Amino acid sequence: MPKITFIEHNGTSHEVEGEAGMTVMEVARKNDIPGIEAECGGACSCATCHVYVDEGWLPKTGASEEMEEDMLDFAFDVRANSRLSCQIKVTDELDGLIVRTPEKQF
Amino acid sequence: MSNSPIETDVVIIGAGPCGLFAVFELGLLDIRCHLIDILDRPGGQCAELYPEKPIYDIPAYPIISGQELTDALMEQIKPFDPQFHFNQRVDEIEKLEDGRFHLKTDDNQEFICKNVVIAAGGGSFTPKRPPLPGIEEYENGSVHYSVRRMSDFEGKDLLIVGGGDSALDWTLNLTPIANSVTLVHRRDKFRAATDSVNKMLALREEGKINFHLGQMTEIHGENGEMTGVTIKGEEEVLVKCNRLLPFFGLTMKLGPVANWGLNLHENLISVDTEKFETSAEGIFAIGDINSYPGKLKLILSGFHEAALMAQKVNAYINPDKKVVFQYTTSSSSLQKKLGVK
Ligand SMILES: Cc1cc2nc3c(=O)[nH]c(=O)nc-3n(C[C@H](O)[C@H](O)[C@H](O)COP(=O)(O)OP(=O)(O)OC[C@H]3O[C@@H](n4cnc5c(N)ncnc54)[C@H](O)[C@@H]3O)c2cc1C
Ligand code: FES
Repeated sequence: MPKITFIEHNGTSHEVEGEAGMTVMEVARKNDIPGIEAECGGACSCATCHVYVDEGWLPKTGASEEMEEDMLDFAFDVRANSRLSCQIKVTDELDGLIVRTPEKQF
Repeated sequence: MSNSPIETDVVIIGAGPCGLFAVFELGLLDIRCHLIDILDRPGGQCAELYPEKPIYDIPAYPIISGQELTDALMEQIKPFDPQFHFNQRVDEIEKLEDGRFHLKTDDNQEFICKNVVIAAGGGSFTPKRPPLPGIEEYENGSVHYSVRRMSDFEGKDLLIVGGGDSALDWTLNLTPIANSVTLVHRRDKFRAATDSVNKMLALREEGKINFHLGQMTEIHGENGEMTGVTIKGEEEVLVKCNRLLPFFGLTMKLGPVANWGLNLHENLISVDTEKFETSAEGIFAIGDINSYPGKLKLILSGFHEAALMAQKVNAYINPDKKVVFQYTTSSSSLQKKLGVK
């Protein structure tokens, strides 16, 4: 099972197991990772599941699509490696993925 | 401004799908409704959060979008002529000595009604507040999350932040009356009506507005008076301004519902499952806002709750009227109410 590490803004790190097919947001919720609110439940309509993908992993997670990019306008402190975690599908390829949660989800 | 109170049978708080369907069930029983919503249009979450997304579990509709469902409900309740009051939040509910209820909105509109139906869903839609340190200090005058009166911005130096329709519409509308307007967005792409984008670009060309690519990082000012905001993009700039209009969409906050003295369970209103009445006699709660054993936050559950609630409201409002159970298919009196010819 692919392992995912969530690093909180304060540095606390959580390594958890994901399942291929789930989204990174769902993995976070299942494991009660703080800092991911996901108000809309993964419909790409709230931007409260914002994460920063660890630079090295960007090629593997791919870029965000237009709808996600639009929704990121509603997130705070958006950076080049910003993604909405409900739009990243977990695959075996992503084993070892590291994402950081922002200071605030707005 | 205070308008004279509106008197009616029932006030429904929230014009989401459940509030809308409540109009239908009450209407069949000849009970008239006014609906109040903080949004500027009907549909609640369906219209605000997912108008284009498909819903697959509305009985008899294999697929219907949030907006289509809203439009269909509006069509269905048309015969009952519901009165809508948008852009207003209900802040207070109070029981009067004669047993009726007095409601007041944040726009000082008052209502007097026989029963109240709370269909407030996940709570009132509230503008997202940028998590900038100390922003609260400026919310009494300098920071505005919506425009109530254009005159508040006359001759001011405005900073408008965002890239959607609200940000652009207000950029276009306020530029003629403001002293200066600066628009800030994190990228040079706007999710707004093409016409507005073109008009805004024209203002930019003509030098009538300033534009910065970037995001806010710090507010400056003293004693609640804003003097500027730091914008971080490729480089850092300090934009001088005394009015800030941030448009980052809406989030649902329980809001005033918590202050109405009703029994709550984990921030939801406890109701019984026979009448969906709250701990306060005469006040009902249906849809996502209520809680009872086995509750499912689904639209179809809210529709069922609306039907049972209406029966009890009818018993309150028309205590002497004999209730005859009827089908819309076969009852000529129900069909007359629906305008079936
Ligand atoms: C992305 C997404 C997908 C969904 N998909 C489905 C699905 O497939 N099937 C399904 O059955 N459900 C689905 N839902 C859930 C469904 O949308 C809700 O169950 C439904 O909207 C609840 O309706 P409601 O009328 O109770 O409340 P809401 O739709 O939340 O409307 C409540 C309204 O009340 C207003 N309000 C609240 N307090 C006040 C106040 N004090 N004054 C004035 N106005 C106030 C709010 O502004 C809001 O407009 C989905 C939800 C989301 C977010
Ligand atoms: S959970 Fe709402 S956008 Fe991802």
